[in-house]
Amino acid sequence: MNAILLIARRELAAYLRTMSGYVIIACVLLLDGLFFTAYALKSNSTPSAEVLSSFFFISSGFTITCSVFLSMRLLAEERQTGTIQLLYSSPVTDAEIVVGKYLSALGFLAVFLLASFYMPAIVMVYGKVSFGHLLAGYFGLLLVGSMSLAVGTFGSSLTSSQVLAAILSGVMVVALTVAWLMAMVTDRPLTDAVQSLAWYSHFKPFQDGLVQLKHVAYFALVTYVALFAATRVLESRRWR
Amino acid sequence: MISVEGLTKYYGEHAAIKDLTFSIEKGEVIGFLGLNGAGKSTTLKVLGCVLSPTSGRVVIDGFDVSKEPHEIRKRIGYLPDTPPLYEEMTVGGYLSFVAELRGVSRTLVAARVKEAEERCALSAMDDTPIAALSHGYRQRVGVAQALVHKPRLLILDEPTSGLDPVQIVEMRELIKHLKGEQTVLVSSHILSEISQVCDRLLVIQGGELVAQGTEEELASKLSSGQAEEVEVELVAPATGAVEALAALGPAEVVARRDGGVVLRVRVDAVRRPEVVKALVAAGQGVLRIDKVQARLENIFLKVIGGKEAKS
Repeated sequence: MNAILLIARRELAAYLRTMSGYVIIACVLLLDGLFFTAYALKSNSTPSAEVLSSFFFISSGFTITCSVFLSMRLLAEERQTGTIQLLYSSPVTDAEIVVGKYLSALGFLAVFLLASFYMPAIVMVYGKVSFGHLLAGYFGLLLVGSMSLAVGTFGSSLTSSQVLAAILSGVMVVALTVAWLMAMVTDRPLTDAVQSLAWYSHFKPFQDGLVQLKHVAYFALVTYVALFAATRVLESRRWR
Repeated sequence: MISVEGLTKYYGEHAAIKDLTFSIEKGEVIGFLGLNGAGKSTTLKVLGCVLSPTSGRVVIDGFDVSKEPHEIRKRIGYLPDTPPLYEEMTVGGYLSFVAELRGVSRTLVAARVKEAEERCALSAMDDTPIAALSHGYRQRVGVAQALVHKPRLLILDEPTSGLDPVQIVEMRELIKHLKGEQTVLVSSHILSEISQVCDRLLVIQGGELVAQGTEEELASKLSSGQAEEVEVELVAPATGAVEALAALGPAEVVARRDGGVVLRVRVDAVRRPEVVKALVAAGQGVLRIDKVQARLENIFLKVIGGKEAKS
């Protein structure tokens, strides 16, 4: 446990001390803001709850984009610079390395989510917003972020090139996004299984202010599976 | 301290090390010699619990690398061939991180970091970001991270690579000072850099151990029962000296200086006393006679040459 926190703390400090993390957040925030202005705030007569839902809808996509770019360096960079050997030769398990890395990225993603708060704040100024809706929506964004950061950590474990890591994670996340398209061409009973793989159907309730355990479970499961896979990849590297 | 039996490591189809067997006593400083690609780094990675062996048994301080790598990781300090440095951290911050990672208790971290910095002459660099350091300093930080937690075994993979002559001497001094406190395993492909600090040398070639022993042992092992080279200095002009030695072995003039001529002759080890006799009989004035010491570089090349001739 100590090792996880130690690795997470060092990694988070690295995010805070280098430019790339801020640049990623700034760029994604800019686009998020543009989309918010163009689509969510399109007319004055839209109810505040609906505007807020649109905000969460738009932001979920950008949270994923941000996560893929934030996580690409996690393990790929360690292998590229050789620092992974320091971790490999220290008394920490591969799972501790993976979880520590993932937590640091989750911590930095929280910076992004906090910075995006100006958008719902605008809605609060001009309309009326339920606190519960706000909380549920942000909780959903955090879960979406957790899922895509875990997938990103897995992608980053597969290669020593950060660019390739981002591409791999991007493809995996897109596959999770468009699983419902697959569901349309599959027969029962596969349809339900494939359909429920798609993350958006699990995010929709959060977007509308609803927290349901089964949907929390979905994100937790995907996070777990992706981190488990990343751990296995790290272990297998010791044999090659 | 370390016992290695039949260690083999394959990368895919390619065997990086084959059936390696050796043992190292506590407190020894061992030089691990070999050309690039001979399997040095792979062996050290296995000992450092970075890589798992394909087969064979490696026991360090009573623990098996395949069964209890964690116990071993607590007891070793490992410097890979490129120092594992986080560029954005300061020297002090980095060393504290490594110390904690390797299990030094919080209360001791500051003291251990200070000690490691003093040992590696890094005290003035405590606040400097690693990205701003020169190659020599990076290498020192690499050594400092390996010894910050006072491990029982220190594994240094080519600590002198890329250093200038002054820095090489400093690195050697550093390793000398570690002697006695820790067991040290240091690799290099430049022999003269490590021969002076090592108690014993292991020579590895093509993934196999081809020789081991002290510098002298290796030298005598190689020269026993073989021709050895003798250098004599004669009073000039020394005409006819080469011919006088012809019966003993091939001779040649290697240098001429004021009033002296230096010759080298290859003779069978047992016939060395006859060299002077033959020269005196031929009326030569002998100023000096020496056995040419097999220097480490020569030993190394011979060992490797012998191995290649066999295969």
